[in-house]
Amino acid sequence: MTLKTEPITINIGPQHPSTHGVFRMRVTFDGETVVDLEPIFGYLHRGSEKLAEERTYTQVVTLTDRMDYVASMTNNQGYILAVEKLTGIEPSPRGVWLRMIAAELQRIASHLVAVGFLIQDLGAWGTPLIYAMREREKILDLFEMLCGARITNSYLRPGGVFMDAPDEFWPALDILLADLPQRIDELDQLLTNNEIIVARTINVAVVEPEAMVNASITGPMLRAGGVDWDLRHRDPYDYYDQVEFERPLHTASDNNARYWVRLQEMRESIKIVKQCIERIEPGPVRPPEVPFLVRPPAGDGYAAVEAPKGELGFYLVSDGGIAPYRCHVRAPSLINLTLLREMLVGGMVADMFVSFGSIDINMGEVDR
Amino acid sequence: MTVAWRGDQFAAAVETFAPGSVAGHNDSDTWVYPSSLAEVAMGLRDRPEFRFDLLSSISAVDYIDHYEVVYHLTSLPRNMKAVLKVRCGEGREEPTLPSVTGVWRGAELQEREAWDLMGIRFEGHPNHKRIMLWEGFPGHPLRKDFVTYSQSVIDPEQAAAE
Repeated sequence: MTLKTEPITINIGPQHPSTHGVFRMRVTFDGETVVDLEPIFGYLHRGSEKLAEERTYTQVVTLTDRMDYVASMTNNQGYILAVEKLTGIEPSPRGVWLRMIAAELQRIASHLVAVGFLIQDLGAWGTPLIYAMREREKILDLFEMLCGARITNSYLRPGGVFMDAPDEFWPALDILLADLPQRIDELDQLLTNNEIIVARTINVAVVEPEAMVNASITGPMLRAGGVDWDLRHRDPYDYYDQVEFERPLHTASDNNARYWVRLQEMRESIKIVKQCIERIEPGPVRPPEVPFLVRPPAGDGYAAVEAPKGELGFYLVSDGGIAPYRCHVRAPSLINLTLLREMLVGGMVADMFVSFGSIDINMGEVDR
Repeated sequence: MTVAWRGDQFAAAVETFAPGSVAGHNDSDTWVYPSSLAEVAMGLRDRPEFRFDLLSSISAVDYIDHYEVVYHLTSLPRNMKAVLKVRCGEGREEPTLPSVTGVWRGAELQEREAWDLMGIRFEGHPNHKRIMLWEGFPGHPLRKDFVTYSQSVIDPEQAAAE
């Protein structure tokens, strides 16, 4: 017997525990099926791009922290690369290795959040999320040693980083790197063949790779569709051309593939950090001749990094002054939402937040 | 390593399939006329020598006497990138450009953002609404002449009349 149902439109968010921030959707359901969906943005809009026009180049680093606040280090990195491109500053090698270590640790921390919350979205509250958050805490403790802050790091400066790592950082990092692979294996065992995950994520919210490329989707989501596009490999910045790492690819392009790619990328990030530790040598962390008040020549420049969410780009325009004339952010979290409607319409209500969570967005970056 | 097109070569290459579309170039960037943007975008995506299938970024800049919209393009199959720029809104008239959403779906949210914050109108956009701010918000905040409420000076005559 089939029940007769009528479409009903309801509002989800902005204050909702499952929307990963202040995200709002107007969704039309027919029974248990999603028939229409409209995302509504802007609840965390703070005007970062306008604020950047009234701050010096170094002060803007603090604004970039607050965009994607689970991946502050990579945000810093993207911005600093744009400033260095604009000014022509040659960064010091020790600073670059340090920020690569920071960025890869940040990638692990960000992916841990994404992977941990997957099972939370599936309705199985608890253990894997707490396991993932526990490992993330250890990484944040290391960030505290590096720069005194856990979330809003502001660690990078034009030419490198602002402070060398303290002596106790290196043994702590070694302990973490010795422990982390087992913890990731533990998550792998808990999640990958977990019955809930297998039953609920395989073949859910499949997106065609061509459609993703056309919709400018980047990052783990694109690689889960089998497209080998990683800026660290295809357009290396910093010293990524000097380290060896694999790009995990999946072809299914469903929620399970996106989870799997993130899990594997954490292992690759550990490899990169280990190589950075081998290559790093004593020296200044930023060139002593770089002034604190950077004053780039008039012009514009675009630099992009492979952030945990995708391609994070900064387009800076300088008029020769001490503040950017224009600072535009190419936010992967916002652009990866382009296909949200196509992903969710036709699916079940219960899968809606799983698919939404598998895009791995951060509202601080969506709205800026 | 992604190869970046040089401005002069890119301008010449665009000129071969869309004659009269290029307005100028410098070392790294190429300017095209707004009227030929749609044709150029379609050619850049489909022609085998370009294959720019991924639109990385759309940025809008207010240069006071005109606006500029910057398209950063990436070609995944050929591993190339290029910068395309369009001048619009000369003399602070309302800037209008053809939308490229039909060519690159990824432009959808980015063009809405440029409209919301910079006030660039994109003709043919399927959902031309504000994105960060609400409908009815006065002005476009990233414009250089935007004045916030707290910065605005109250006109004494108008205040007296009220």
